[in-house]
Amino acid sequence: MYVSVKGGETAIGHAHAWLAEARRGDTALAELSTAQIEQQLSLAVDRVMAEGACADRGLAALALKQARGDSTEAAFLLRAYRTTLPRFGYTLPVDTAAMAIHRRISSTYKDLPGGQVLGPTFDYTHRLLDFALEAEGLAAPPPAAEAQEEAGRMPAVTAILAQEGLMAPDLASDAEPPDITREPLAFPADRALRLQAMARGDEGFLLSLGYSTQRGYGNAHPFVGEIRMGEVRVEIEPPELGFAIDIGDIMVSECQMVNQFAGTAEAPPQFTRGYGLVVGQNERKAMAMSLVDRALRAPELGEVATAPAQSPEFVLYHCDNVESTGFVEHLKLPHYVDFQSELEKIRAIRARWFAERAP
Amino acid sequence: MSALLQAEGLDLRFGAVRALDGVAISIWPGEVVAIVGESGSGKSSLLRVLAGMQRADAGQVLYRDAAGATHSILDASDAALRRLMRSDWGFVHQNARDALRMEVSAGGNVGERLMAAGERHYGHIRKVAAHWLERVEMDPARMDESPKNFSGGMQQRLQIARTLVTNPRLVFMDEPTGGLDVSVQARLLDLIRGLVADLGLAVLLVTHDIAAARLLAHRIVVMRHGRVVEEGLTDRVLDDPQHPYTQLLVSSVLAA
Amino acid sequence: MSETTPKPRPLAGYNFGYLDEATKRMIRRALLKAVCIPGHQVPFGAREMPLPYGWGTGGIQVTSAVLGPSDVLKVIDQGADDTTNAVSIRRFFSRVAGVATTERTAEATIIQTRHRIPETPLREGQILVYQVPMPEPLFKLEPRVAESTRLHALADYGLMQVKLYEDIARQGEVGTSYNHPVMVNHRYLMSPSPIPAFDNPKMHMNAGLQLFGAGREKRIYAVPPYTDVRSLDFEDHPFKPVRAPHACAICGSAESYLDEVITDDAGGRMHVCSDTDYCASRPPLEDAP
Repeated sequence: MYVSVKGGETAIGHAHAWLAEARRGDTALAELSTAQIEQQLSLAVDRVMAEGACADRGLAALALKQARGDSTEAAFLLRAYRTTLPRFGYTLPVDTAAMAIHRRISSTYKDLPGGQVLGPTFDYTHRLLDFALEAEGLAAPPPAAEAQEEAGRMPAVTAILAQEGLMAPDLASDAEPPDITREPLAFPADRALRLQAMARGDEGFLLSLGYSTQRGYGNAHPFVGEIRMGEVRVEIEPPELGFAIDIGDIMVSECQMVNQFAGTAEAPPQFTRGYGLVVGQNERKAMAMSLVDRALRAPELGEVATAPAQSPEFVLYHCDNVESTGFVEHLKLPHYVDFQSELEKIRAIRARWFAERAP
Repeated sequence: MSALLQAEGLDLRFGAVRALDGVAISIWPGEVVAIVGESGSGKSSLLRVLAGMQRADAGQVLYRDAAGATHSILDASDAALRRLMRSDWGFVHQNARDALRMEVSAGGNVGERLMAAGERHYGHIRKVAAHWLERVEMDPARMDESPKNFSGGMQQRLQIARTLVTNPRLVFMDEPTGGLDVSVQARLLDLIRGLVADLGLAVLLVTHDIAAARLLAHRIVVMRHGRVVEEGLTDRVLDDPQHPYTQLLVSSVLAA
Repeated sequence: MSETTPKPRPLAGYNFGYLDEATKRMIRRALLKAVCIPGHQVPFGAREMPLPYGWGTGGIQVTSAVLGPSDVLKVIDQGADDTTNAVSIRRFFSRVAGVATTERTAEATIIQTRHRIPETPLREGQILVYQVPMPEPLFKLEPRVAESTRLHALADYGLMQVKLYEDIARQGEVGTSYNHPVMVNHRYLMSPSPIPAFDNPKMHMNAGLQLFGAGREKRIYAVPPYTDVRSLDFEDHPFKPVRAPHACAICGSAESYLDEVITDDAGGRMHVCSDTDYCASRPPLEDAP
C-alpha cells in the first residue's frame, strides 16, 4: 500500500545528532574553548559581532563555536539571541576623537600631529604561510608597545581640512535617528538609516560594492583621510540620574574617506566625506562602508546616480546577510505544490504549441 | 477661461542659467502651437513645465478639463498629474524608447493605457490596438512583435498610437521627428498633420525645425534665452518676421 | 486519524509564544490596520527569529501575536502536516507556547500554512496565517519599492494587466500557475502568497480570517472574513484554476489538489491529495495502492 513518506520528525532528529558529531569533530583532539576562539580567532569574532549587531565578544565566540566557524550562521545566532534581550535605552554617541588609539593612519598627509600609528596590522606582512604555527606549545610572542592615551595630540584629519574650509560640512541634525532593529527600512532612507544598515551589513557585499565605485561604477576619487581603530567609552544617561555614566569600552574601527566635489553655483568646490564605523576590528568593512556611503550621497551632492552602489534600494535591501542567506537558502524548502502547477501549465502550453504546428 | 491651457509669468533657473524668464503662453482647443528656437532657448523646459514634469520657480499654469473645471498644474499633486497624463493628455517624446516598453509587444504598448483605465476585454483591446496601428500606417499583423525590431520611424509611430489611444484633448510633442532621417521625417509630419486634423487635437509642439512648424502649426512662439521674443499666426511670423532673431531663424532656413 | 495532542509544558525563560509583549502589541497594531484596509501591505518591525528569514518568520510572528493558551494550532507546508518545516514550526510553538496542536483542520483555531489553503472550508472564528516570501505582487515588473508603493497608492495596476495580456498574446493563456495576483475588496492588488492558482477561489468570501506575514520583507496584510477577492483576468479569458486531471489514488477525490508522485525509474506515477488531513478524513478506495 502506498504510504506517503513520513518521519519528518525522526529525520530531523538524526540530522541534529550528526550535526553535533560533526561540530565536535575528532574526539581525540582537545575541544576548542570559547575563550580560545575569542582570543586567537579574534577577527572572526569581530566580524560576527558586527554582522550580528551585538557587541559581546563572548557571545560571538560561542556563536562561532556552535556554527562550526560559519560566520553568517554565527551572525544569525547572535541576531536571534539579541531579539530576546530587554532594551534599557540608547547610549550617547561615542566620541571617536577621544579614542584610546591602537591604530591611526592617514594617506592624505605624510606626517601629521600624532603621527602614523600602524597598530597590529597585516598590511606590511609578506603573505607567506608560516609553518612554525603548526606546532603547539610555542613560546608566547614578546609584548608589543602600549596603546596611546593622548588622543588630544591626534586631531582628526577631516578637522584639519575643515579649518581651511576645504571639508564640506555634513548636515547636522538634532532629529532622533531611526532604529532599524525596531522599525522596517523606509525610503527615502536618510543618511543615519543608511549608515545603520551598513554597519551591520555583510562585509563581502559592501566590499564588492566599494570596489565597484573604484572601477568606474559611481566614481568619487577617494583618499583615506583617516583610519582609526581603538577603544571608545560607552555612556548612558539614566533618567533617574540625569547625568551620563560610563558603562565600559568597546573597540571600534572608523574610516573617513575624502572625495572630490566640483561645487555648484551656490557652493564652492570642497572635499566631501564618506564615513564608515564598525564595532570591533573590522577595517576592511569600515573602508568599504565609507566608499558606499559616499556613493549613496550622490543625489544630495547633485550627482547623477547610475551605478548599483548609488542606489539606496539596491544597497540597503541586499546588504543584510541574515536576510539574504535566509531567502537564498529557503529555496531548499519543498516547493513541489507550486512546481506541480507549473507542470500542468507547461503541459497545457506545450500541447497548444504542438497543436498549432500540426500539419 | 476659454483657453485649454494658459500659463503666465513662468520663471525657471538652473543655477545661474535662466531657463525661463517671465514666459506666458496659451493654447485653445483644436489648435497646434509650435514653440521654436535654437537649443538652449528654453523651449524644452517650457514644455516640461507646462506638462507638469518640472516645477517652475514662479508663475502659474491653468488647465481646463472637459467638464470645465480648472486645474492649477504647478501645485497639482502627483496623483492628479498622473490622472491627467493618462486620460486628457498625451506626451510624445523625441526618443520613442523613452516612452515605449521595449520588452512589451506593440499591441501591449498600445493597449496599456486602456488597461490602466480599466479595460478588461482582451479581444476588444486587440481590436482597438489594431485600429490604431492602421491609423499610424503600421501593419496590424506586427502587433505581437517587440518594438526592438522596429525602425526608429516605426517606433515613433507606435509611440504616437500609444498616446492617442485614449483620445487625449491635448498632446505635448518634444521634437517628434528629431533623430530620424529626412524622408522618414516628412512622412511622419504628414501623418501627424492628418491625425491632428481628423481628431481635432490641441498640440503643443517643440521643434527647432521651422519647416515642420510651418507645416503643422496654426501659431508659432519663438523663444530665445528663456524669453518669448515673438509670437503669432505661423504664416505671419514666418513671412513677415518682426524680431531680429526671428528674421535670422527664418533666413537661415531659406538659405539652406 | 489524529486527535488534538495535549498541551506540552513550555520552555522556561521565554514569554508565551516567544515574542515579548511589546513586540506582540506592535504586530497586533499592524494586523488591525491590515484588517481595516484589506489587501494593503502594512510595514512592521519584524524581529530576527530562531528560524531563518525566508522560512516562515513572518507567519511565525503573526501566529505568535494572535496565539492564546486555549488555541489549537495546526501547521502545514505544501498541504501536509508532516513536511520537515511544518514539523519544525509546530515544534517551535510547542516549546515556546505549550499550546495544543492538531493535524485536523476542523479542530484547529489557528492554521499556519505555507503554499496551500486547506481543502476543508474554514468556519467563522478560524484564522489562516499565510507565510509570504514576497508580499509585493508587482515586484517582478517593478522591483523598486518606492515606485511600486506609488502604484498601489494611485491604484495604477495597468502594468500587471499588460503582463497578462502579453502572456495570452504569446502562449494563448495566462502564464502564472501559482501566486496569481488578486484584487481585494475592489481596491488593492495583492499577492496571495505562492499558493497554486487552484486555491485562489477559496480566498473569496471566506468565513475565516486570513492573515499574511512576510518577515524578511517586513510586511503584514490581511483579508477579513467575507471579503471580495478576485483573480486578475480578462472577461474573454477568465481565470481558470489548474489541477492535474486525475483522481487521488488513495481516496478517489477528483476535486482536491493533487501531488504527482514518481513511483519507478520508468516514469510510473500516481497522484495523491496534497492536503494530507483531507485525504485521511475520507474513506480509502478499495484498490488504493
